[in-house]
Amino acid sequence: MATATLARGSGRSRYAFLLAPKALFGLLMIGALIVAGAFAPLIAPFDPARQDLMAAMTPPQLTGPHFLGTDHVGRDLLSRIIFGARVSLLIAIAVVVFSGIAGIVLGIVSGYFGSRIDSLIQKFLEVFWAFPPLLLAIAIVAFLGQGLAIVIIALASQRWIPYCRLARAEAMSLRDREFVVAARSLGAGHTRILREHILPNILPSMLVVGTFAMATAIISEAALSFLGLGVPPTIPTWGGMLADARAYISTSWWMALFPGLCIFLTVLGINLLGDVLRTRFDPKIKNF
Amino acid sequence: MLTYSVKRLFGVIPVLLIVSLLVFLLMQAAPGDPVSMLVSDEATTEDRERIAAAWGLDQPASVQYLNFLTNAASGDLGTSFRYREPVMDLVLARLPASIELALYATLLAISIGIPLGVLAAAKPNSIFDTVGSIGGFFGISMPNFWLGILMILIFAGHLNLLPSGGREPWGMDLPRLSGFLTLDAVLQGRWDALWQALRHLALPAIVLGTAMTGIIMQITRASMLENLGEDYVMTARAKGLSNRVVLWRHAFRNALVSVITIIGLEFGALISGAIIVETVFSWPGIGLLLIQGITFRDFPLITGLVLIYTTIFVMMNVLIDILYTIVDPRIRMR
Repeated sequence: MATATLARGSGRSRYAFLLAPKALFGLLMIGALIVAGAFAPLIAPFDPARQDLMAAMTPPQLTGPHFLGTDHVGRDLLSRIIFGARVSLLIAIAVVVFSGIAGIVLGIVSGYFGSRIDSLIQKFLEVFWAFPPLLLAIAIVAFLGQGLAIVIIALASQRWIPYCRLARAEAMSLRDREFVVAARSLGAGHTRILREHILPNILPSMLVVGTFAMATAIISEAALSFLGLGVPPTIPTWGGMLADARAYISTSWWMALFPGLCIFLTVLGINLLGDVLRTRFDPKIKNF
Repeated sequence: MLTYSVKRLFGVIPVLLIVSLLVFLLMQAAPGDPVSMLVSDEATTEDRERIAAAWGLDQPASVQYLNFLTNAASGDLGTSFRYREPVMDLVLARLPASIELALYATLLAISIGIPLGVLAAAKPNSIFDTVGSIGGFFGISMPNFWLGILMILIFAGHLNLLPSGGREPWGMDLPRLSGFLTLDAVLQGRWDALWQALRHLALPAIVLGTAMTGIIMQITRASMLENLGEDYVMTARAKGLSNRVVLWRHAFRNALVSVITIIGLEFGALISGAIIVETVFSWPGIGLLLIQGITFRDFPLITGLVLIYTTIFVMMNVLIDILYTIVDPRIRMR
């Protein structure tokens, strides 16, 4: 494991594991999310905010203008779903990157140096771990108010912990390995060892953690939006669309079906991809 | 054993203190003056000052925090802005509803997840095995608020079989003894009320239990497969014991530690899941109370509930750790 890096293997076989059906489905979902998110204004047939009360609650139509139907004020569901992908994508990437950086840095420092700094970081972790999942995020948004940056901070507030735990464990087992000891005896400083010897070797497992973190971020953002604690309600989100759908559940099933299906399939795909990556890089990573 | 338990229990105190400080700081950082949530728009400056003094909001933040801590230590979490009642009373009145829902969800998850997991392990590549391995991913990927809405759509809407929300039909006059409706109904022999309570519990409990069912199923399966490959299982089979005895009395008993572990680990997910499920089904528990409190910017209520949830969660984790050392004495005490 210690000498394994992303560059393990050679030629085409290196990425062959990504062709497993589970991985392909996951990559397809991430690809769709990126395309929908990045090119939403080009793809979406309508302005997601445009109301058309005459066409309110139009059921899905195969040939008409509103493929997935419209909501209670006549906004096009497909367009809102495409724009909703933007929020999911943006928040997921931001949460995965910020919590990843924080977690990895704290984790390798904790595991590599040990002693005082380790116990300090572990105490810090314990406090954030004391909150049930999502509750700290709910509290942050409840007090600080809605907004993109606040939602990202709220969701990252606990997401760094899995990175930190695993990075710490791996850094601990790496610090006494021959190549690290050799580098140290050749006069390499701590920063250099951490950057050039520890970090590259834990990246594969961090990729696995990051994949699952992305799935969690998407589902949590949707949950916050559903509870009315996400980004401001004027921005279309999948969770917010489901919250709207609750009131019209007996008349307009499509309002509830499609946004939820998007969340489910996206999260399922990413989780399956995470599982493939986990088996590929390290079957030992289980409950982190 | 006892020293370990006592040490773990006392170790919780500093964590909870820092948690309370963190939540208090968040509240202080909230934009807007909390006094404006207590007075009408026409209130004069004197009115505002009088009300701020009455609620202790004119004190410096450090004094407010110390007051809050001393009161909290004696079980007083302050007074709700919206209900003008002690937060603790509001929580205690709604806690049985939340516990009842969580209990039924857990029971459901255990009674479906464990047998399916054992069957999946006993018959690899059978239909149970396929269901088991898909079930776990399904469980962690399915947003419970969506599942809840779909359930309402199908069972309350189209089929019209079950109520879409609430805990009891309007006007059901069941005197409260314990606050657990199903228990109270049985104790008083009110079978009509029991039937109604179970009908209302059905959908929220299924939705809340779904994710846990999938995870219990996966863990049971994996742990059973591990144990079925052990020598003692082969010995048991060689002795001529029936498949059922080998499966349940030998392998399953050893797989139980992992199952208990995962039920404990899932307790946090159960709490956050309940907040959402209670909102979807208008279930009058503390999760719904929290979300309603947030809508009204009821700061004392939010702070109190966050601290109660966190305390329950932390204590539960400690209890599970202590339980381990009883179930499996090999786990060394740190």
